[in-house]
Amino acid sequence: MVNTKHPWKAWLYLSPAIVLLLIFTLWPIINTVVMAFQEGYSIQQASKGKEFEFGLDNFAYVIEYRGFLTCLKNTILLCVLTVPISTMLALLIAVCLNSIKPLQKFLQTIFFLPYVTNSIAIGMVFAAMFNVVGTVSAKEPIIQTWGIINNIIMFFGGEPVNWINAGSEYWANIFVLTVYIVWNALPFKILVLLGGLQSVNKQYYDAAKIDSTPKWRVFTKITVPLLSPMIAYVVITGFIGGFKEYSSIVGIFGEKMGPPGAMGKPLNTMVGYIYDSISRQQGRASAAALILFGIIFVVTMINLYVSKKKTHY
Amino acid sequence: MSDIAKSQVMHAKDIKQLSTQQTVAKILAKIAVYAFLGVMALIVLFPFYWMLISSVKSLDEYILAVPTFFPQEFHFENYIDAFTTANLGTLFLNTVYVGVVSTALSLVITVLSAFAFARLEFKGKNALFAALLATMMIPGELFTITNYITVSKLGWLNTFEVLIIPFLVSVFYIYLLKQNFMQIPNELYLAAKVDGTSDIKYLWKVMIPLALPTLISITILKMMGSWNSYMWPNLVADDAAHHLVTNGLRGAFVVEEGGMVNFPVQMAAVAIVSFPLFMVFLFLRKYIMKGVSRSGIKG
Repeated sequence: MVNTKHPWKAWLYLSPAIVLLLIFTLWPIINTVVMAFQEGYSIQQASKGKEFEFGLDNFAYVIEYRGFLTCLKNTILLCVLTVPISTMLALLIAVCLNSIKPLQKFLQTIFFLPYVTNSIAIGMVFAAMFNVVGTVSAKEPIIQTWGIINNIIMFFGGEPVNWINAGSEYWANIFVLTVYIVWNALPFKILVLLGGLQSVNKQYYDAAKIDSTPKWRVFTKITVPLLSPMIAYVVITGFIGGFKEYSSIVGIFGEKMGPPGAMGKPLNTMVGYIYDSISRQQGRASAAALILFGIIFVVTMINLYVSKKKTHY
Repeated sequence: MSDIAKSQVMHAKDIKQLSTQQTVAKILAKIAVYAFLGVMALIVLFPFYWMLISSVKSLDEYILAVPTFFPQEFHFENYIDAFTTANLGTLFLNTVYVGVVSTALSLVITVLSAFAFARLEFKGKNALFAALLATMMIPGELFTITNYITVSKLGWLNTFEVLIIPFLVSVFYIYLLKQNFMQIPNELYLAAKVDGTSDIKYLWKVMIPLALPTLISITILKMMGSWNSYMWPNLVADDAAHHLVTNGLRGAFVVEEGGMVNFPVQMAAVAIVSFPLFMVFLFLRKYIMKGVSRSGIKG
């Protein structure tokens, strides 16, 4: 390393970054914690000179508030559904891609395509695919088109479902969101897992071949253990992303975070709750943000702990 | 596969030839693998296909009870309608302006910081770098609340500054570039110092050209970030004059209960918004994949 005679130079080069980080990163960390512990804090009242008591009121309010519990439930449900499904599907696709030669590059390109999309815009395409044109909820429904997904279901002899329109059921909404989020999450996971597979030492497979180990055992005893650091990585980033889920839901359901005509925001998430309370109830928003951070932190630690025990390295 | 083929040739000498039964099983397995990948690829591509064919249908054709998988007639005027309905011209200009300015400034800040961390020696360097990395663990929403208050106090609501300045520094980009700079041999820097070359000239003539692929990755990710950002702009710049493309797109087609959106026009708008991303994907894919595989972030 170079010993420059002018250490001030380094600070000069770093100064723009440091100034911006102090204002937009360090100060928010301190201020958010302070606001969270001031009971009922709001900037509007603070500017009128109101003093706030120190306490856990914001946390208590947030935890007891029904809207927040809905958000928490939706967030956890979507995480628990989408992370395992997308990880397993990505693993399967990556292993298959790794085992073929012709068309490998071509298919790999196709599987990466959803990554480079706008999650609101493509959410609107998914919404259009599941959308029923007509009135479904009325006693005598007038249907113009059931939408392409229902058409496919009906083609195979199934019953059409009201996925996202007025009067649709919660589980149908969650199903659509799960499909969309998994579709969206696949490219990154496939990219990482395929990269991992391609760097695995071929000797292990040759040894297995000499022993004529069955394919399934090769997969569970060689591929998965050797790939475990990559799997841990995509699971952890998947959970972090999952707990911050928001824009996929806006893409499909819009700002109302639910099917048209529904009361409240039945599909709101934790991040959605924080954004809703940002402009007036900053104390509660801060408390919710700290709770979110706590959950992400704990889940990441559990993941790291488990993967340390389970990973090969 | 080539390795497998080679080892097969090798093994053929000492191991008995595979029986026909095994060969058949192998071929069937190959077919199954291709069939699975083919079906998955179709599922991945289907939304794009549906977007494109729907965007050129007439509304009457779109709402047919039995859908057409290829448009009966092409209504390219949907694209013109989409452009005017969603006011896409203004949205594009706003987004490109925010994207270009924030990317340019962000690159300058990132290059200078990465240079200081990679090449210069100063007290507290490692502690500072570790502190920066630690902030990457904290979810962005935690910053947003206070940043909202800060920008309101600064009177920046509904301006372009608010869309550009708070996100100029990315610790991840600094980290990425620092790693790249550190691979450049130190001797080059010392030689340049002996020649009396200034730091800035050295950065410009040696380090930036050598680290160009990483800089391109950063540029693309940052531009895509502006193109796809939704939550922050929605919160702080909600007026039409400063709308970015994603906000304008979502706002222009809100489905009210019982109301009907002109779906083909909506799909045309989505296609227009997706087009630049698709071009980036087509030509600059490898840079994105390189940057992405080292982060867990989108945009």
